[in-house]
Amino acid sequence: MSLADTSQKAADMAAQAGIDPLLFGITVLVLACFIGYYVVWSVTPALHSPLMGVTNAISSVIVVGALIAAGPAESNFAQVMGFLAVVLASVNIFGGFIVTERMLAMFKGKKKGAGK
Amino acid sequence: MSATMSSLLYLVSGVLFILALRGLSSPETARRGNRFGMAGMLIAVATTLALPQVESYGLIVLAIAIGGGIGTILALRIQMTALPQLVAAFHSLVGLAACFVATAAYFNPEAYGIGARGAIGMGSLIEMGLGLAIGAITFTGSIIAFGKLQGLVSGKPVTFSGQHVLNLAIGLGLLVAIAALVITNDDALFWAIFAAALVLGVLIIIPIGGADMPVVVSMLNSYSGWAACGIGFTLGNPLLIITGALVGASGAILSYIMCKGMNRSFFNVILGGFGGDDAAAATGGSDGDKTVKQGSAEDAAFIMENADSVVIVPGYGMAVAQAQHALREMGDMLKARGVTVRYAIHPVAGRMPGHMNVLLAEANVPYEDVLELEEINRDFAQTDVAFVIGANDVTNPAAKTDPSSPIYGMPILDVELAKTVLFIKRSMASGYAGVQNEVFFRDNTMMLFGDAKKMCEEVVQSLD
Repeated sequence: MSLADTSQKAADMAAQAGIDPLLFGITVLVLACFIGYYVVWSVTPALHSPLMGVTNAISSVIVVGALIAAGPAESNFAQVMGFLAVVLASVNIFGGFIVTERMLAMFKGKKKGAGK
Repeated sequence: MSATMSSLLYLVSGVLFILALRGLSSPETARRGNRFGMAGMLIAVATTLALPQVESYGLIVLAIAIGGGIGTILALRIQMTALPQLVAAFHSLVGLAACFVATAAYFNPEAYGIGARGAIGMGSLIEMGLGLAIGAITFTGSIIAFGKLQGLVSGKPVTFSGQHVLNLAIGLGLLVAIAALVITNDDALFWAIFAAALVLGVLIIIPIGGADMPVVVSMLNSYSGWAACGIGFTLGNPLLIITGALVGASGAILSYIMCKGMNRSFFNVILGGFGGDDAAAATGGSDGDKTVKQGSAEDAAFIMENADSVVIVPGYGMAVAQAQHALREMGDMLKARGVTVRYAIHPVAGRMPGHMNVLLAEANVPYEDVLELEEINRDFAQTDVAFVIGANDVTNPAAKTDPSSPIYGMPILDVELAKTVLFIKRSMASGYAGVQNEVFFRDNTMMLFGDAKKMCEEVVQSLD
């Protein structure tokens, strides 16, 4: 079963309910925007830099698309593109999460006796 | 792996990403949130690797090793003052990766089940085209932002007549080209979209001045999210759509907060030109014969030692001078003498949202002592000493009193209400807005001229 099958299946399910796959995607998008809106407003301003670090790391989830391109057994142009995309996305995933971890490790409260 | 299974795992991964952002609502839960994010990414990658169309792993392992190695080294080595550059560089990589994925999907659509080469479905082509264009804009835009932050490119806005018309024309041209691509499936159009979007990315960012980079970095963060979203639609993968929307919303909200912190509209920032010659000319000569009171580190130490409360206002100058550690040492010594020491952070201080908070945290300042503008502004009138280090425009009362000032309406930290104001500055040069700060000339103000770090160290020595 492939990603395409997955989406096909979702689309089929949507079709049974009488919705277009594009509409299904848009539904997900709109709901996710609302979640994003409320979740991000609840982030404390002091942690806005780590927020950028994390969002940067998770936006590299496009690695999913890159892996599929880099995956076929036979070589083609798309595979080269996929390979490069996996490299770039990996820089971001590792870099983004690690730099965020570094930032967060520095935020210490008084209770833990930091600063002395 | 069955389609149902992979769909469910992608959903789990999406939920973990949401929890990762949710964790950032407090420093106590933030690290757990980051771990959730890592787990989510691990699940997403593992699920994809288990899909049947991923047949060979050699290249993939190599790619992850190369990328992961570079990313890890960069993240471990980077100095916290250089974070904005790093983030800008990372954004550019997301943008380019999105372009590559779009290209791969265009030349091998069978792998994604979106049609055959040269006969891709209309919806997929539109989404692919948008993903490609946004990715390319993010890529070159972030490179320019990186250059400006790193000082490789002049931070000055580059403007020329007809600039906005040209940008608009390229933008519309992109939409027309995407429409044409849908109809003709022509490879040349695909590359034309790529090239035009790369150029547009450069043109969008060059007119924006160096100090408006907090907005730009946030905006590019948002773009990288929308690019992921576009790719998500192409591949019919809800995880990419969810994540893209989260990142897109996050960047958009940060941009909004930054703009509000400067009381400027988003378009005003994007259209650029701020901090250029116009602003400087508007205020020339205002500092004519006024004189400032200059003090030494010993004077500053004496004043603060005998104060009950000190509020420290750090700005970009502190980051440039790497003064955060010396500053914290000074704060600790004052605290040891019974002085209440707190830090006041303006939303746009530094070169990225939350930059000052990270630098102070790096220097081991407890986060309870670091307050936002709304939390502390009321207290300045009861504060003995406001200690301003490398901040200028964010403390300038002209934002309240002078409607002709370019920063009029910007929320400021009311340092002038404190009994004594100490300003560490390298020289009398004005801030990025090109506006002179009248607080410098007040009777209760003492200027400490010199490097921020050196000055803090000297104050520490005097306190000893």
